[in-house]
Amino acid sequence: MENAFTIAAYVVAAILFILSLGGLSGQESAKRAVWYGIAGMGIAVLATLVGPGSGLWVASLVLIAGGAAVGYQLATKVEMTQMPELVAIMHSLVGLAAVFVGFNADLMINYIEGIYQAEGLVMGAVGENGVTAIGLPKEIYEGLSAFGQLIAKKSSVEIGILRVELVLGIWIGAVTFTGSVIAYAKLAGGSSKLPFEIDTSAKKLPGGHFLNAGAAALSVLLLILYLGGSGSWALVLLTLAGLFIGYHLIMGIGGADMPVVVSMLNSYSGWAAAAIGFSLGNDLLIVVGALVGSSGAILSYIMCKAMNRSFVSVILGGFGGPAGEQMAVEGEQIAIEADGVATALNEADSIVIIPGYGMAVAQAQQGVAELTRKLRAAGKIVRFAIHPVAGRLPGHMNVLLAEAKVPYDIVLEMDEINDDFPSTDVAIVIGSNDIVNPAAQDDPNSPIAGMPVLECWKAKQVFVSKRGQGTGYSGIENPLFFKDNTRMFYGDAKASIDKLLPMIE
Amino acid sequence: MKIGTPKETFIGERRVGMTPESAVALHKLGHECVIESGAGVAAGFSDASYEAVGVGVLKTAAALWKAADVVAKVRAPDESEMKRLREGQTLVSFFSPVADEAKMVQAAKKGATVIAMEMIPRISRAQKMDALSSMANIAGYRAVIEAGNNFGRFFTGQITAAGKVPPAKVLVVGAGVAGLAAIGTSTSLGAITYAFDVRPEVAEQVESMGAEFVYLDFEEEQKDGATSGGYASVSSPEFREAQLAKFRELAPEIDIVITTALIPNREAPELWTEDMVAAMKPGSVIVDLAAEKGGNCKLTVMDEKIVTENGVTIIGYTDFPSRMATQASTLYATNIRHLMTDLTPEKDGVIHHNMEDDVIRGATIAHGSEVTFPPPPPKVAAIAAAPKKPAVKELTHAEKRAAETAAFKAQTRSQITLLGVGGALVLGVGLIPGMPASFMQHFIVFVLSVFIGFQVIWNVAHSLHTPLMAVTNAISSIIILGALIQVGSSSLLITLLGALGIFMASVNIFGGFLVTRRMLAMFQKS
Repeated sequence: MENAFTIAAYVVAAILFILSLGGLSGQESAKRAVWYGIAGMGIAVLATLVGPGSGLWVASLVLIAGGAAVGYQLATKVEMTQMPELVAIMHSLVGLAAVFVGFNADLMINYIEGIYQAEGLVMGAVGENGVTAIGLPKEIYEGLSAFGQLIAKKSSVEIGILRVELVLGIWIGAVTFTGSVIAYAKLAGGSSKLPFEIDTSAKKLPGGHFLNAGAAALSVLLLILYLGGSGSWALVLLTLAGLFIGYHLIMGIGGADMPVVVSMLNSYSGWAAAAIGFSLGNDLLIVVGALVGSSGAILSYIMCKAMNRSFVSVILGGFGGPAGEQMAVEGEQIAIEADGVATALNEADSIVIIPGYGMAVAQAQQGVAELTRKLRAAGKIVRFAIHPVAGRLPGHMNVLLAEAKVPYDIVLEMDEINDDFPSTDVAIVIGSNDIVNPAAQDDPNSPIAGMPVLECWKAKQVFVSKRGQGTGYSGIENPLFFKDNTRMFYGDAKASIDKLLPMIE
Repeated sequence: MKIGTPKETFIGERRVGMTPESAVALHKLGHECVIESGAGVAAGFSDASYEAVGVGVLKTAAALWKAADVVAKVRAPDESEMKRLREGQTLVSFFSPVADEAKMVQAAKKGATVIAMEMIPRISRAQKMDALSSMANIAGYRAVIEAGNNFGRFFTGQITAAGKVPPAKVLVVGAGVAGLAAIGTSTSLGAITYAFDVRPEVAEQVESMGAEFVYLDFEEEQKDGATSGGYASVSSPEFREAQLAKFRELAPEIDIVITTALIPNREAPELWTEDMVAAMKPGSVIVDLAAEKGGNCKLTVMDEKIVTENGVTIIGYTDFPSRMATQASTLYATNIRHLMTDLTPEKDGVIHHNMEDDVIRGATIAHGSEVTFPPPPPKVAAIAAAPKKPAVKELTHAEKRAAETAAFKAQTRSQITLLGVGGALVLGVGLIPGMPASFMQHFIVFVLSVFIGFQVIWNVAHSLHTPLMAVTNAISSIIILGALIQVGSSSLLITLLGALGIFMASVNIFGGFLVTRRMLAMFQKS
């Protein structure tokens, strides 16, 4: 089925993909790396089209062109604040494609089995050596499509493995599909283009995790039935179980845990591709699937680490109960007006800005960038501190700031900047809450105890731009707001920054 | 309510309890303000400046005491003022409830409410009304200025055409509010400043003000100042000896000594003994801020400036804040204004004397015809107890080496464990009976790819995580290959599903790569 040229092309494509991911280690090399990825994809698709996929190549090209048009629209229209939504909805497409391809494999197995039976043969019967399949007569074999040929020469053990692989591919694909759709709906909130509305808070059906566990157990049972030869209905039910798990799992996770969810789904889409690669005997699919899968897994790990929570606790939803009485917060939140903030900024020499999801929601990044330009023009040192889980997608804040033309070399990671706060004159917190909560360090009973946080309270003065009094998504009181050197700059982040801008000299 | 401020009757007192600025703020709370004619003159506020902001000016003290529902003043009331205090009236002023117990009982009997400014609890919420601190701040500043006034040299060192001037050396004993203010003033005038306090935890604050903390060679667990409301407690005789020895050593080279050491409800400890004064150079100055409580130097004469036989000037004034009446009045009036804000929670001009409130309860010494002193301990700790910091030991070279080796060993161990487990798993899969070689080939590719993936992704910059997701999303659409292979089937259903797969995957490929390019193009270096 695969000729040597296709395989050689796959090797080249695989190397290009690896280089493409490796190139993301730096901003400049990344610009080159994305071309490696594009080239790799081009080579892989072309090689498949001229090789094993040559059956309907014209129709395939038309379909690709159609997909390209839609993809182009999506990619050029999307607002940078909507990146999490876009990534989530695109994952769902990969998941669904995996389901389709998996079903096709099952259909093909049935089809080949039919041919065997028509010939009076048994599919998967092995020859004298006990390993190689007897196979079909040559004339029938050559009449089959490439994929048909692959299946036709498999022994019964291989067919069994094939079935396990395709079940895995379909099941993970199904979980990814509904999970991503729900994640999209939650991230998009009111602006979701879906015909139905979804509560963005964590919500579970009665029965909670037992429903998930039940659906998973049912899936295993169906897998056994399917392998036992029960036919395709088991596969359909299994898909439904997967779809349900994806739906219910993500429904139970709150909005701010989305960075973990999206990277987890990213990982799943990779594993689905790898499983399908196994069933199709396609090494490139396996390589890429494994790359994507491990990439998503690492991202999830980094996100969990940044929240000091175990992966399982995020996926099962909700925070663990507090270990004891939380420290009472003493003092009061002192409000300040724009002129006060402006005076402090005009006097400061070094300023650190800590953006969070609130900045994205208020679309304040342009204003923040303008503020940065003005302050830098006045000779002040302005830097940004980015917590790994700021925003709704790993690295979300970096992209937003980059869009607003904030140079990336003043945008620093938590570890790079945390030691500099004591020598900072003014720290401005824009729309973030839990990532600057000192309770994570001071209060062992706090639900976020031990989570690494940006120690902005060590700066001489802290301004918090926040819509109003109230706790973050996690409902944890933030002692930062009550500190003596903290002033609350209430109001919508964008409006606040716009008010501030003309007052900066 | 009508808030009134009489002229201070204490001789030499120039401060005033209300300024035009604080009156404006009080108006905003819904209160009316009146003032005795000439009350603010000594502090630099004319009657006209009060009238300009709508404050009523009354001719006599008697008229004022009659008109005002709340009397806000600085010093404790004298005999005649006590007579004027009437039922239902609230008096806000300094009022030492221990020394002036008779007056306190008298006020309570009359049915008046008395809020003593020095009784405001030292908790962070009440800092804005802590008049002791704001007055201490002024005293600390003024102490340096007075010292400079009596000191014949520059503070800062200079090299001029007319010769070299060495910088003055200033020692501040006691780093409370007054001490820190003195340190700040002294360092900004350019003097070399040393500071000492029995609470070692303030060393950091002292150093942050630019002074050098004087450490003693003394091993004793010092009491955490936080447990005693931020004040120093009495130290042991051995500690005192060590402290005096250190001072004796410093005395000959110090030009200016400012002592601020006070222990609540006790006579001031003697820290600067006569022999230290004798050891000082002629022309040196000692400012004793503890003069009121007997002085940290026994030679100090309260309210007077004396010069010793060897030419050392000792200043024992107790009216430093009054000497800066404008500044002191502004701060004091603001303290009062903050207190009134807490007493007027609805901002409707009606005073709600909430005895459940820690701050108000603590400061009220007479209320509802009863003496309410001493107050019960506040519900919240004055200052959070400082966490015991484990001493960070400086590691020796050998220890560092050992730690590095241990870390290396731990790393090796975890890596070997991982390798072992991983290897066993892969081998285990290979050992499953009947496992076809064709599967194993793909399996090896899979394992290697996961391995490469882990190696590569760890190096991705955090800031590029979103592009990483977009790009992995694009390349995970490699699943299009599967659809492409299947679409040529003779079965219509397969073709249909395959076609859908191709379409969706290509949406993703183009969308993913394009959006990645868009994002990466935005990352600009400055």
